[in-house]
Order: sequence, then C-alpha cells, then structure tokens
Amino acid sequence: MENKLNSLPGPDDIYREVLPNGITVLARSNFNSPSVVIAGYFEAGALFDPDDKLGLAEYAAIALMRGTKNHTFDEIYNALEAVGASLGFNAGVHRSGFNGRVLAEDLPLLLDLLSGTLTAPVFPKAEMEKLRAQLLTGLAIRAEDTGDMASMVFDQILFKGHPYSRPEDGYTETIQSIKRNDLVKFHREHYGPRGMVIAVVGAVKPEDAVRQIKRVLGGWQVKGQKESLELPSLKTLKKTVSKHHRIAGKSQSDLIIGTNGPMRRDPEFMSASIGNNILGQFGMMGRIGDVVREKSGLAYYAYSSLNAGIGPGSWEVNAGVSPQNVKKAAELIVDELKRFVQDGVTADELADTKANFIGRLPISLESNGGVANALLNIERHNLGLDYYRRYADLVTEVTAEDVLSTARKYIDPDKLVIAVAGP
Amino acid sequence: MKNNLTQTTLSNGLKILLKEIHTAPIISSWVWYRVGSRDEVQGRTGISHWVEHMQFKGTDQFPANILDKAISREGGTWNAFTYIDWTAYFETMPADKVDLALRLESDRMVNSRFDPEEVASERTVIISEREGSENEPLFLLGEAVQQTAFRIHPYHHEVIGDKADLRTMTRDDLYHHYRKFYVPNNAIMAVAGDFDTQSMLARIKELFEPTPAGDEPARLARPEPPQNGEVRLSVEGPGATSYVQICYRFPPASHQDFFPLAVLDSLLAGPSNLNMFSGGISNKTSRLYRALVDKEYVVSVHGGAQATIDPFMYTITMTIHPKRKPEEALAALDREIQRVKEEKVTKEEITRAIKQARALFAYGSENITNQGFWLGYAEMFADYNWFQTYLDKLSAVSVKDIQRVANEYFKPQSRVVGTYVPLEGKA
Repeated sequence: MENKLNSLPGPDDIYREVLPNGITVLARSNFNSPSVVIAGYFEAGALFDPDDKLGLAEYAAIALMRGTKNHTFDEIYNALEAVGASLGFNAGVHRSGFNGRVLAEDLPLLLDLLSGTLTAPVFPKAEMEKLRAQLLTGLAIRAEDTGDMASMVFDQILFKGHPYSRPEDGYTETIQSIKRNDLVKFHREHYGPRGMVIAVVGAVKPEDAVRQIKRVLGGWQVKGQKESLELPSLKTLKKTVSKHHRIAGKSQSDLIIGTNGPMRRDPEFMSASIGNNILGQFGMMGRIGDVVREKSGLAYYAYSSLNAGIGPGSWEVNAGVSPQNVKKAAELIVDELKRFVQDGVTADELADTKANFIGRLPISLESNGGVANALLNIERHNLGLDYYRRYADLVTEVTAEDVLSTARKYIDPDKLVIAVAGP
Repeated sequence: MKNNLTQTTLSNGLKILLKEIHTAPIISSWVWYRVGSRDEVQGRTGISHWVEHMQFKGTDQFPANILDKAISREGGTWNAFTYIDWTAYFETMPADKVDLALRLESDRMVNSRFDPEEVASERTVIISEREGSENEPLFLLGEAVQQTAFRIHPYHHEVIGDKADLRTMTRDDLYHHYRKFYVPNNAIMAVAGDFDTQSMLARIKELFEPTPAGDEPARLARPEPPQNGEVRLSVEGPGATSYVQICYRFPPASHQDFFPLAVLDSLLAGPSNLNMFSGGISNKTSRLYRALVDKEYVVSVHGGAQATIDPFMYTITMTIHPKRKPEEALAALDREIQRVKEEKVTKEEITRAIKQARALFAYGSENITNQGFWLGYAEMFADYNWFQTYLDKLSAVSVKDIQRVANEYFKPQSRVVGTYVPLEGKA
C-alpha cells in the first residue's frame, strides 16, 4: 500500500473475474466514503431495432424497472428509494447499460433488484402504456430542442445509409408501433449473460463484490442469445452538405459542423484526441472558443468534440448562436478547421494539452462513478488493466506530426456536414 | 481542529475554512463572495453574473490569454457560479499545483482589468447565453413565475438579468460593482483536500492578507410584503407540451422550519439534493409521483426548495400528460397538498427521508470538489455547522412538525401558478 494517494487504477488493485456464464466482473474498492457504485453494459443496443420499431431497445431497457416476476413497479422503486439508492437503465447503439448507487450496507438489495429487472421483467401492459406516453412526450420536447435536432440532422447526413444515422430514441410513429410482445421478444432474444460486464466500485472488498454478483446473476443462463451484428461500411462525404432544420419561435440556433472521426481502437485515437483538445477544448474551449466566443462574442458555447466508439466516430464542432449570426459563425469555424489541417498545432499547444491530459486524470477518477466508467472503458475497448498507468506515456509519445497527419486523414474542410436547427 | 477542519478569519476579514482530506492527491479551493442578483437594482440586473464572466478576462499578472490556459495546463478544472445570493469560484487541482489557484484568486480579488473591449465582446456572449435559455419553455415559465412572486424583493429577476439591462450596462457599472463587493471582508475562502493545514494557512495569509478590507457593502432592504391571494399567469410559446409551475413561499435556510420542510419535500416530491456535484435519486414512490404520474395527469413532476438568505420559493414543476388539461393536474396536486395538511404523515416516512438524505451526503463525500463546495456554501446562508448538523436536525423532526409546516407554508392564497401554453396546433 505504498504511496496510495498517487495510485491510479491498475492490475494490482482492479479485480477482474469472468463468471462461468460469461459475465465479466470488475471491482475496485474505495473505503473513503460508505457508498458503492455499480455500472455495466450488455449486448442489447439499438443496432437490433427494426427501422419501423426504432426506439425498441431503449423502450425495453427503461421498461425493465416497470415490474418483474416478483415485484411491481412501485415495489421496485419503493425498495430503492427507501434507502436512498438509485438504479437506471439506458440504451446505446451497440449496447445497453445500467448505473446504480447505494450505501454499502444496502448493496445486496441493489444487486437483487438489478438481477430481477435484468432476468425476469414482465413488461406489464398498463405500465407499458404509461411509459409510452412518457416516451412520446420526450419526443415532442426533442422536436423543439435546437441542440437535439441539430445533432439528429447531423447524424442523418454524416451516417447516411448506416445504422448510426438513426436516433436511439426513435420517432413518434415507431414508438407508437411497438407492441408489448415486441418488448418481450426483444428481451428474450437479446438479454443474456454473454458479453455482460459489471463494474463495482466503492466501500466493498473486491472478492465480496464478485461473490455477491455470483449470488444474484451467476446462475443466469439464456439459450439462443443473439450474436451482435456486423456494421455495414460507411460512405464518406463527397462534398460539403448543409441542412437547416426550421424550428419556429426560438431565440437561438444550434450549429454543428463536422465529419467522420476515428474509432476508439484506431491507432490515431490519441493523436486525434489531443488535436481535438487543442482545436476546441483546451482552456476556454480551445481555438474554436477563442475565435467564436472570446474574439467575436458570437456564442456562449462553441467547442469541438470527438466521439469515438466501437464503430466509425464523428469529429464535430458545436455552437449555440443567434439566428442572424449562423453564417458568420460557420465561416469562422470552417476557417479554423482549414488552419488546423494546413498548419497543425504548435509545440506550445501540444505541450499544454499533454500536461492537461496527464494532470487531470486523477481528478476524473476521483469519484466511484468516475472509476467505474474507467473500468468499463478498459473492458469495452480492450485497453488492458494497466491502461491508466500507461496513460501518461501514451500521451507523451504523440508528436505534432501525428496530430497533423491525423487531422488531415479525417478532416477535409471541403467535405463537411453543416447542420443547423433553429428559426 | 475538529474533523480535520480549521476555521479562522484573517486581519482583513477574509474568513478561512480548511479541511484536510488525504484520500486522493487533489485539492479543491473555493472563493465565495456575498454578492448575487439580490444585490442588483433595475437597470443593472445581471450585473453580478457579468462581473463573474469578467473575472475570467484577466489581470495584469494573469492576462486573459494566459489565465484561461494556466489552470488547464496544470491539469486542473475550474469554474464559477453566480446565484441569487452569492458568487463562487473554484479550482480543483493536482495537490502539488494548488499554488497557482491561490495566486490567481488572490490576484483577481482586486486586480481584474475590465478591459472595455473585453466588456463589449462579453456583452454579446451573455446575451447569447440568455437567448440559449430562452429556447427552453421552462426557463420562460420559471422567469415569469419568479417575477410575479417577487414584486419588491430583488429575487424578482433571473440571475442572468434582463436583456434591456444587458444591452445598456457600461464598463464602469461593472467595475464599480466589482470593487464594491469583491473585498476580503465580504468573502470566504474554503479549501479541502490533500494539504497540511499549517502550511496552507501560511500561504493563504501571505497571498490574501495584503489586500485591505473594504467598506462593508450596503445591501438593498426591500423585503417582499405578504401576498394576499393566489396569482395565476400563462406564458405562450412554441411546442406541443404544456407545463405547470406552482410556487409556494418558503422560509430562509437558517429558519428552523426549513428542516421539517426538507422532510416534507422528500416525501412529497422525492429528496432534493442541495449538492451541486452529485445528482439525486428517482422520486417514483413520492406522494406526488404516485398521485400525478402513476394516475397519468402528468408525465413528470419535480419539487424542490433552495437554501437562501431571504424567504424564497418551493417550486413544483409538472409536465402535463398529452391527454390531460393543466387544470386537471393542478386539481390532483391540490388533493395531495390538502392530504398532508389534514392527515398526519407516518413516522416511517420521516425515517425514510432521513435515510435518503444520509445516502445523498455519502455520495457527495466521494468527491473532494464537493467537500470544498459544502465548506463555503453553507456559510453563504448560515454557517458550516448548518451542514454538519443537518442530519441531526432532520432526525429531530416530528410528525406534528410536518403537519404544522404543511399548513403554514402551503397556502393557496400566497402561491403563484404559471402555465406554459404551447402554440403548436393552434391557429
């Protein structure tokens, strides 16, 4: 236990065990606070949604908590809320997942509920209709949200013909077309222990955590759990494509300009990530923030982000601007992208961002939730249990040339998606 | 030193709270100023928030382009918040880099430049921030409800300020506000994390004590008179979804009734988390969820109060079910409010509220930034002891207390009811 304060998660304090039924458990203890976080994912994402029932994976994930073989919706939440615990499910494109937290003394209760909702949901008809109304209201609110709509339009163009073009929460018609039987069938075919990963972080010994997971989920077996789907190839942009989605009556427009980015497992991921930080994150939102916000006063937020996951990602710049300034802001952003791919980054910028990445790591791993996400990240992308110990070296070895060649590989200022939602 | 906590006040009036926590190589330092939108008059609404923005625009020692990079370069995270009662700045840094944060805060307590060009560019940034908020129906409704609830008291206006004032305030207005309120005797410095108290205190003295105390800032004295009769209002706007927001008048955080009301909030609408860096829990077995969402009057309901210096509001926000009318949801809500007034709650419900609060505090204590937050935050409306004894005060709440405060504070004649009327589908 020497120098505990400086220890990032690593092979000596992350406990990893694969249960016989295929569930991978990752555990790390932290007795500084009497709380525990659980988080995990499983192979039941929106990729499996039929086009006419888009939103099915998400509907199913949220519906798990609406009643199980042994407990009603009210009983499940009463057990949780009575002890100040939380548990929630969500759906992503490839995988669905869950997050929960609890006082250590009530961890068995939380794990019993996790197991019951994952393995034995009953999708009660009345509850499914209540949930449907809530999902539809969510979609009505989304239709009025300039940020959500700009993002949806952006994905529709960038990922045209690819499953990533579809919103995980579906459309009004697709949510309306989902029957209770679709939910039952989706659960039967896609939920199972194979590919499931669970992280337990907090005031519990790792071996206790694993023993408790085994108790509630070790016996779970599912026959015929469907294999994950192959992604089709992605068509790249031939020229810049712009689209303005009108939402009347709003005082601000959201603007997204971007293109494809690397996958998480691509070798350029780290140099893209460093380049992105310089482009639109560092300090007050990097070069983009400097030009659009600080120098021109055009926006409260203007930043870039790199979304890198299992499949092809996106590299995008987002800004919220007054409707009459959309064109001006878009020109400034495209100019910055041009400069980025022409000249690359300076030695000072590179040094700043490297110091930022290395220095902020302990802060991002401060809470149990932060560590749980880090453990899932390691498992999801096969980074190795020593990833966070190697992280500083991985950052340090990136050169300005790496950043420039990566920027040029992905960003072509003449082939961008420009999506706007607003008046 | 109790619980590794040290409290002292420097000769210039700057109050210091230090809490050693040796769980991670991290230090979170906070400076809190007793200034917020409560200190603003008509014509200069939003000035406290704008001053906060200008605090990121540089001093001679840390010019704007250096300042915004310095913290990031050291791996730190920093931000600032302006609220109705206070303005706070924090940096959470790797422990060996905290000196930068201390030097920065001591410098910008007095030396910010308020360069006219920076003021001009920030004017449009803040107007853009406001326009972003105006996109949200709940911002528009909340603003209307609040300005109706407070006619006299400066809690009347939103922290961001009114657009008319954002367009016309001058650099000198901003600078004057800064110099008036940013004095050590109107501030609190709170530091939590991996340090040695004696050396931290010595360094803080070295950096902050040379700044002389200023005049005690004069405060507006415009208490809100009693409201005699319910006020209803509506806001129309784009969209297809109706919302209703109801606000009741609540006591300040330092009032003894704040605690039974916190328990009542927990069982009516689910526990509110006063803590900014650690989310809450679901409220699906709260009384209002069962009566309103389960019965399909609304698709969501949330309630909560804020810890404030002067009496403020308890706000209930309902997203109306597409098949219901706002009046139906309001009637269902009123039946639940009536029930807590007429029928005693059970002892179990109180026990449950205390357990919920204990869990939320435990989640918050995982994080050093959050521990730093609590040190200073509680001082803004009471003192750190308020936070330390919070659970004890909840434990002392009785069934009778709950019924009494329900009748005293949930009065229909002193509430404001606002409805957001969506225009979609209307001629």
